Amino acid sequence: MTDTNTNQTWIILGASSTIAKAFTRSVAEKGAHVILAGRRMDDLKATADDAKARGASDATTVIFDARVPDTFQTIIDLANTQAGTLNCAVFVGSMPAQDAIDADPTLVDGTIADSFTGPARFLQMLAPSLIERGQGSIVGVGSVAGDRGRVGNYVYGAAKAGFATYLSGLRNALGRHGVHVLTVKPGPVDTAMTQGLGKQPFMTTADAVVQDIDKALQKKRNTLYTKWIWWPVMTIIKLIPEPIFKKMSI
Amino acid sequence: MIWAKDQSYSGWGRALRAKGDIASPDTVENLRNEGPAIGNRRSYGDAPLNSGGKAIDMTKLDRIISFDRETGLLTVQAGITLGELTRVFAPQGWMPAVVPGTGFATVGGAIAMDVHGKNHHHAGSFCQHVTAITLIQDKPRKITPKTGALWLATCGGLGQTGLIAQATLQLVRTRGDMMLVTEQRARDWDEHLSLLDTSRAPYTVGWIDATATGEDLGRGIVEEGETCKGLRPTARGTKKVPFNAPHWALSSPIVKLFNATYYRRVPKTGRTVVRTVQDFFFPLDKIHDWNKLYGKRGFHQFQCVVPLDQSEALRTIMQTIATSGLASPLAVLKRMGEGREGYLSFPMEGYTLAVDFPNRPAARALIKRLEAATLNAGGRLYLAKDALSTGPAIKSMYPDHSKWARAVAKADPEGQLQTDMTRRLDLRTPQQ
Ligand SMILES: NC(=O)c1ccc[n+]([C@@H]2O[C@H](COP(=O)([O-])OP(=O)(O)OC[C@H]3O[C@@H](n4cnc5c(N)ncnc54)[C@H](OP(=O)(O)O)[C@@H]3O)[C@@H](O)[C@H]2O)c1
Repeated sequence: MTDTNTNQTWIILGASSTIAKAFTRSVAEKGAHVILAGRRMDDLKATADDAKARGASDATTVIFDARVPDTFQTIIDLANTQAGTLNCAVFVGSMPAQDAIDADPTLVDGTIADSFTGPARFLQMLAPSLIERGQGSIVGVGSVAGDRGRVGNYVYGAAKAGFATYLSGLRNALGRHGVHVLTVKPGPVDTAMTQGLGKQPFMTTADAVVQDIDKALQKKRNTLYTKWIWWPVMTIIKLIPEPIFKKMSI
Repeated sequence: MIWAKDQSYSGWGRALRAKGDIASPDTVENLRNEGPAIGNRRSYGDAPLNSGGKAIDMTKLDRIISFDRETGLLTVQAGITLGELTRVFAPQGWMPAVVPGTGFATVGGAIAMDVHGKNHHHAGSFCQHVTAITLIQDKPRKITPKTGALWLATCGGLGQTGLIAQATLQLVRTRGDMMLVTEQRARDWDEHLSLLDTSRAPYTVGWIDATATGEDLGRGIVEEGETCKGLRPTARGTKKVPFNAPHWALSSPIVKLFNATYYRRVPKTGRTVVRTVQDFFFPLDKIHDWNKLYGKRGFHQFQCVVPLDQSEALRTIMQTIATSGLASPLAVLKRMGEGREGYLSFPMEGYTLAVDFPNRPAARALIKRLEAATLNAGGRLYLAKDALSTGPAIKSMYPDHSKWARAVAKADPEGQLQTDMTRRLDLRTPQQ
C-alpha cells in the first residue's frame, strides 16, 4: 500500500540502512508520514530533512535499538497517535564476518537479536494496532542467506531464516485481519553492509530493491526475491542433497 | 573509508579503462581526499579514472539537505543526480536551472565539468547557478563565487581542487513537469544554423544527420521546448542493453537507414508534441547502458565548440565527418551563448557539435584531424568527452589553463586528486 497519499504512516526500523533510505525516499515522495527509527540520530535527522524536501507529509525520528527492547514501546505509542493506515518496514540487521564470530562466539546473540528476535518482538508488540485498524502492510527484509546455512555466514543466515519463518507465521495470523506481510529476500546489494567487498554475483542497488518492493506491495506478494534471479538460484541450492552440500563452499 | 580493491571501471565511452581501489562512503564524516571523487562516470573518456590509484565513488552521498520553497535555494550532497532533482522538484514547480543530456550526471560531476544544456544560450552554464560548494581538502572548506581563484578553478575544474561534497543550487521555477516541444526539419547546413540562430525558445537543440552528404549535408531536426503543465503521457518503461552488441550493430548502412527514418519521422511542416521533462531532457536515459551498443571496444564522442564567425570551419568539420562513413546516429548541433563560470569551463559563444564514433583506428585518426581543425578555428574540445587529445592542444584551447593549474597546485599540493586525464594531458603543469 505505498501508492497513495498523506494517510499512510510508515515506521521504518533500521532507518539508517542504505536500503531503508531508498525506501524512505520512495514513500516520502508519495506523501507518506515516516517515522524513522534507529540508533544514529544525526543520520536519521538528515534522512528526515531529505524526506520532507521530497514531499513527506511529516518525518519524525526516534531511537530504536534492536538489542534494547525498552526502546520499542515509545515507537509504537508514537505510531498509534497517527490516523490512517499504519505500516512497518524492517531493515535492521547486522552481518559480522563468520570468522569474527568464530573468534568471539558472544557475537552470535547480537547477530540473532539484530536480524530476528529484536524485530520479531517489535512486530509482535505492533500487531494488535494493525489488527485493530484492519489494514496496513509489513515489509520484513530477510536474505537469500536465510535459505540455506552456508559455511561463509551461517549465523547471519540462521537469524534471517528465523525471521523469515516468523514472518510467514505472522502473515498467516494477520492476513485474516486485512494486514499484508511481505518477506523480502535480497541477494547482494551494494550498500554499507557490503562496502569493500567489491562486485558480487548478480549484485543490485538499493533503489532497484525498493522498486521491486513497491511492485510487490502493490501486488500483495508474499515473498520477494530481488534480483528475481535468486529465486531459481536458491531453489536449486535448496535442492542440493545435504551430503553433497556439506562438502561445498558456495 | 573502506576500499574495494582492484576494481575495474571506465567512463561512459568504455574505450579507456582503469583498475584501482574504490571507496563508496555513505557519510561525509568518513570522507577524506585520498583520491579523486567520481560520480556516475558519465564523462566519456578518462576524466573519472585513476589507474593504479584510489577513487572515491560519491554516489551514495546523495541527500537533499535543505530546500527553501520560497526562494528555490537547494542544498544537496554532491552524489545526487540531476535526473533525481528533476523528478523530485519538477512536480513541485522547480527545476535545476541547467541540466545536461543525461539525468545520471551527479551534481558533483556537473560542477566539475561546468556542464551546459539545451538552454545554454539563455541560462548559461551549470556553475553559474551554484551559490556555494563545500570542498573536502585536508579539511572541509566552503567556497562561494566571492572566493575568487579557488572558485574559478573548482567550477569546470575536473575535481582537482578538493572533493566536491555538497553544493547549493539556485533552482528556477517551471510552469509544470511537461514540455511543449516543436520539431522542425532543417534541410541542410545553412537552414540548420539559421533555425538555431533565430530560435527564441528557452530550450533549443539541433539533431544532425551525421551521415548526410552533398546537398543534404547538415540536415536534421531542430527541437525547441518550453515547460508547460498538462496531462502526463503514459510513462514508458526503461530498456536495457543487456550485452555488448555485435560490432556491426552501428555499421554505416544501419546508421544511414536509422538517420533517414529519424529525419522523416517529423513531417515536412514540422509538429508540436507534449513530452515529460524527463523525456525531453534525458531522451537516452530510458535505454539503460546504451553505451554497450558500441560493443566491447567502446566508443568516443568528439565534441567541439567554435566561435560564431567560424561556422564555415564547422561546416568543413561536418563534411569531413559525413564523408568518413564512420559516424553514428547520435549527433547534436547547438548554438551556445557566452555563459561559463570557471577557468576550464567549456562553453564559448558559438556553435557546438557532438558526434559519436565507434572506437576503431580509422575513427581515432579522424578525431585527431577534427581536433586539429577545431584548434585552427579558435575553438575548443570538451574535457567531459575527450579521450584522445594531447596536452599542448588542450592548453592552447583553454587560455586560462595556467591560472587553473596554479590554483590547483595550491589546493592539492600533493597531487592526490590527479586522474588519468590530468596525467595524459599533463594538465597540472602550468604552461611555460
Ligand atoms: N546488502 C546486502 O547485500 C543485503 C543482502 C541481503 C539482505 N540484506 C538485509 O537488508 C537489510 C538492510 O541492510 P543494508 O544492506 O541496507 O545494510 P546497512 O546499511 O548496513 O543496514 C543495516 C542497518 O541495521 C541497523 N542495525 C544493526 N544493528 C542494529 C541494532 N541493534 N539496532 C538498531 N539498528 C541496527 C544499522 O544501524 P546503524 O546505522 O546504527 O549501524 C543499519 O542501519 C538488513 O537486514 C540486511 O541484513 C542486505
